[in-house]
Amino acid sequence: MDHFPTNWGRPRNDAFDAYATYPIHQRPYNGPKDSFADGVQRTQQPIVTGTSVLAIKYKDGVMMAADNLASYGSLARFKDVQRLHQVGNYTVIGAGGDMSDFQYIQYILEELSIDEISAQDGHELGPVEIHEYMSQLMYARRSKMDPLWNSLLIGGFKDGKRFLSYVDLLGTTYSASTLATGYGAFIAQPLLRKAVEGREDVITEEEARKILEDSLRVLFYRDARSLNKFQIAAISSAGVSISDSMQLDTAWSFAENIRGYGAQTQ
Amino acid sequence: MNRLKSGEVNLGTSIMAVQFDKGVVIGADSRTTTGSYIANRVTDKLTHVHDRIYCCRSGSAADTQAVADIVHNYLQLYTQIHGAHPPVSSAAGMFQDICYDNKDALSAGIIVAGWDKEVGPSVYNIPLGGGLFRQPWAIGGSGSTYVYGYCDATYQDGWGRDETVEFVKNTLSLAMARDGSSGGVIRMCVITEDGVERLFVPGDKLPKFWEGREVLSGPVKKSVEPAAMAIE
Repeated sequence: MDHFPTNWGRPRNDAFDAYATYPIHQRPYNGPKDSFADGVQRTQQPIVTGTSVLAIKYKDGVMMAADNLASYGSLARFKDVQRLHQVGNYTVIGAGGDMSDFQYIQYILEELSIDEISAQDGHELGPVEIHEYMSQLMYARRSKMDPLWNSLLIGGFKDGKRFLSYVDLLGTTYSASTLATGYGAFIAQPLLRKAVEGREDVITEEEARKILEDSLRVLFYRDARSLNKFQIAAISSAGVSISDSMQLDTAWSFAENIRGYGAQTQ
Repeated sequence: MNRLKSGEVNLGTSIMAVQFDKGVVIGADSRTTTGSYIANRVTDKLTHVHDRIYCCRSGSAADTQAVADIVHNYLQLYTQIHGAHPPVSSAAGMFQDICYDNKDALSAGIIVAGWDKEVGPSVYNIPLGGGLFRQPWAIGGSGSTYVYGYCDATYQDGWGRDETVEFVKNTLSLAMARDGSSGGVIRMCVITEDGVERLFVPGDKLPKFWEGREVLSGPVKKSVEPAAMAIE
């Protein structure tokens, strides 16, 4: 039963969104109008989007991975996009969701870094501060019904401590030694947990890379909005290092002899 | 899982068929999607309905399989009743009857192609409404929208088998590179008087086209160390 009168008689699809929650609903307003404010546009649905971001803690720090694709619906529109962004010397932020909102977030964080540098107070922004700032920002925007339509992973290494947390368009936050957004949360997270949980202090950089690559491969096989071109960022005591774009080996030869969908043999 | 964004229709596929002097080359990608989940990454979309007649299926997997099964059955009956192989036009006509009469219930874009003694090679495109269109080359599925330009610019009459196979391979590869609902491997069949030859191109051996930098903003710079202020 739909309790919202403004939805009655309006288009909705019972299959996936019975309460017409998406795009975001706005109640009709018949009071005084502000022509300037009327021209202001707000993100109500993501347009150019990035898919999963994966991250794990390992022995020396935190590693994060994301592919290089920004999709326009089902169109693989921009195939050379960097979805992992360095903030200061200790943090990497990885984003899925709307890419224009992510570019705005990069701009905001750049401004924040500049302010911090010019304050010259002996402090530097680390992952803990960046995450706290982002969670405040994301929740504030959601409360204004004007979200930044992203799911973000923030990973870093500062003062000998590893940090890895999640924040999204709703302002939800959580932290674990393995995190994934988008399809990764369904497909990669079980693989990451199996490989990492309990062994965070043992996994070497090489093994961490392999764990992420194996998950990225499964995502490339199963996520129709992914690309076989990705980057991995490693943050450790040596600082931040975002790799060049790489490609994964994939297995297809077993498919050569498959015929039909049922009884067909030819 | 089935969260289709407004305007996104689940016609996830790239299929095509091209006629050449001695036969037809048909081809398809191998991806079946439910929303953006890849339910099958190694699908066979080239369906045998007769020894020298195949169809390429796009749209709803269930609908096209059901229709193809019915036509396969009809063509077996035809062969027994007439004692001869059915012409491709008859097979295409059977597909059309089903697709047109049930146009409100079906979501099926089918390309029928094959060889018969009367006409030689032929390709028939049966898009969503159930119309029948004979063409020298036909493309279909969501991925086809990205390659109309490439096909219009590249296709030539009078090609032989190898050039046609190359054309199909390149076209499907381009479509698969851009359409999220297409991907996996390329499956092709070359249908001639002598038989059907299956061709396979694995996903890591697809022809590659421009893959370079599209985003003009440069790579991530390391954060700039503040330069010490000059003090006199």
